[in-house]
Amino acid sequence: MAARRSPGGLSLEGIAARFKLGWAGFTLEVDLSIPGRGVTVLFGRSGSGKTTLLRCIAGLERASQGRLVVNGEVWQDEGRWLPTHERPIGYVFQEASLFPHLSVMGNLRYGLRRAHPSGEISLDHAIDLLGIRHLLERKPDRLSGGERQRVGIARALAVSPRLLLMDEPLASLDSARKSEILRYIERLREEVKIPIIYVSHAIDEVTRLADTLVLISEGRVTSVGSVPELTSRLDLRSQIGRFEGGAIIDARVLSQDLATGIAKLQFAGGELLTTDLDALAGEHVRVRIRARDVSIALDCPKNISVLNCLPGVVAEIGQDGKSSADVKIDVGGTSIIARITRHSIGTLRLAPGVRVFALIKAVSLDRHSVGFS
Amino acid sequence: MQAIWLTVRLAGIVTLILLVVGTPIAWGLARTRAWWKVPVGAVVALPLVLPPSVLGFYLLLAMGPQGPVGRLTEALGVGALPFTFWGLVIASVFYSLPFMVQPLQTAFESIGERPLEVAATLRASPVDAFFTVAVPLALPGFITASILTFAHTVGEFGVVLMIGGNVPGVTRVASVQIYDHVEALDYLQAHKLSLVMLLFSFIVLLALYWWRPAARRVG
Repeated sequence: MAARRSPGGLSLEGIAARFKLGWAGFTLEVDLSIPGRGVTVLFGRSGSGKTTLLRCIAGLERASQGRLVVNGEVWQDEGRWLPTHERPIGYVFQEASLFPHLSVMGNLRYGLRRAHPSGEISLDHAIDLLGIRHLLERKPDRLSGGERQRVGIARALAVSPRLLLMDEPLASLDSARKSEILRYIERLREEVKIPIIYVSHAIDEVTRLADTLVLISEGRVTSVGSVPELTSRLDLRSQIGRFEGGAIIDARVLSQDLATGIAKLQFAGGELLTTDLDALAGEHVRVRIRARDVSIALDCPKNISVLNCLPGVVAEIGQDGKSSADVKIDVGGTSIIARITRHSIGTLRLAPGVRVFALIKAVSLDRHSVGFS
Repeated sequence: MQAIWLTVRLAGIVTLILLVVGTPIAWGLARTRAWWKVPVGAVVALPLVLPPSVLGFYLLLAMGPQGPVGRLTEALGVGALPFTFWGLVIASVFYSLPFMVQPLQTAFESIGERPLEVAATLRASPVDAFFTVAVPLALPGFITASILTFAHTVGEFGVVLMIGGNVPGVTRVASVQIYDHVEALDYLQAHKLSLVMLLFSFIVLLALYWWRPAARRVG
């Protein structure tokens, strides 16, 4: 879809951010353009500057040089500075940061009372979306970590923001709470039609939430693109994570076999079997295939427990790595990455153009690596 | 009795004035990273180490008919301030300033940036956030600062002698009254008043220490 343009030449859809700021030992220098809808995940290691970038967008940090245009509105430019409290944003902090002197309802009302009643999201809607109706009378110190963060998200939504900024909202939670909150955020993405910018360093959050991925390293944006596009690039593997990383592909649930618990997915390059999937036939899902879970064979082995044997062609072999390397396999137009030993690359004589089979265990595609899209 | 009432009135008024004057100073000191933070902080702390007679001497010069403040008050038709109740109030405000500013500054600093940033993302202007977030969160600090200021003003002596003198019903506060009684060898009266002061000071400190744990929990 082509971005609409105002007569002045400003793009009415999308977020254009250019910031330059620095302090001792750190410089942030970005020039970024992202879509004005869907979830954009700013991904990078801690200290890479992703939170600083988010704070610049919120106006919590003031870049000495900068320009920020959000869906046609100039929030920062030479001679123009919109203070944080005048920006139509919602901000979810890493720790929920609820006001301890107010009840849950008091926290929710704090922003509501001050926001312009644009009415995109009602307070009731936010309360139901995050499932916190039974907590309204409580004080924040009577809430669990997960509950606090849900209230924090509802509080940010209750101001009816036109841009939702989330700074690692799951980072301070244990893994059970993480997946709980992640479900709420997924619902949020479905139901609330506002752009979300989400800071994360966890690849499973990227799998489940991201429409657009922005990779940040040492204060600079290194790549911007769709998730399947960036996760299939070998040169970005070190940034996305060698251990947990791998290609992320979009697929659709074809069928669920209730007797065996095996689900059949269809993606652009073929079919994929997986287990214990919380999805119904017809639903769209996103699957992260970890590179270390993919084996390569020159023919499809017969008597083997591995259920997925996908025919493809070696597209590229990564250069880095002493004893092992990343091999990108083109499976009917979809890229899958396998991490195998250099020894095997030698014995199988793998090189670009060689026909191979990618072997993937169905159980390696668990619910941590599958998200709804 | 008159002396006690005068003392309480003086301490109450000084505490109220310092709440208004000291809060912005404490807020500024707590929030700034500017170069003036240290020198201003030092000036605020001066009365802690300065002999009261030194402070009183300078205030006397300033408020006297030849001093800058004195000329101003004369011009305004208020007359000279030394040896009046309001002269005593002004002197006490300077004398007790650190007892208001320092606890408040600590309270504001312990709140940190975050609650104010949250308030800003919830559309609260800085002034709005100050009254609806910073003040409620610093409430234990306000209470501590007020109690300390009140008690310290009750206990002053040197500055009162320099500025207020010993005018019955106007500037003769409890501490001066005791001095009078002792000079007149009226030990019975001195005993009575001293006991009242002793009990008052003890109760104030007791209240303060009981309040402290609660202050930690909230802050």
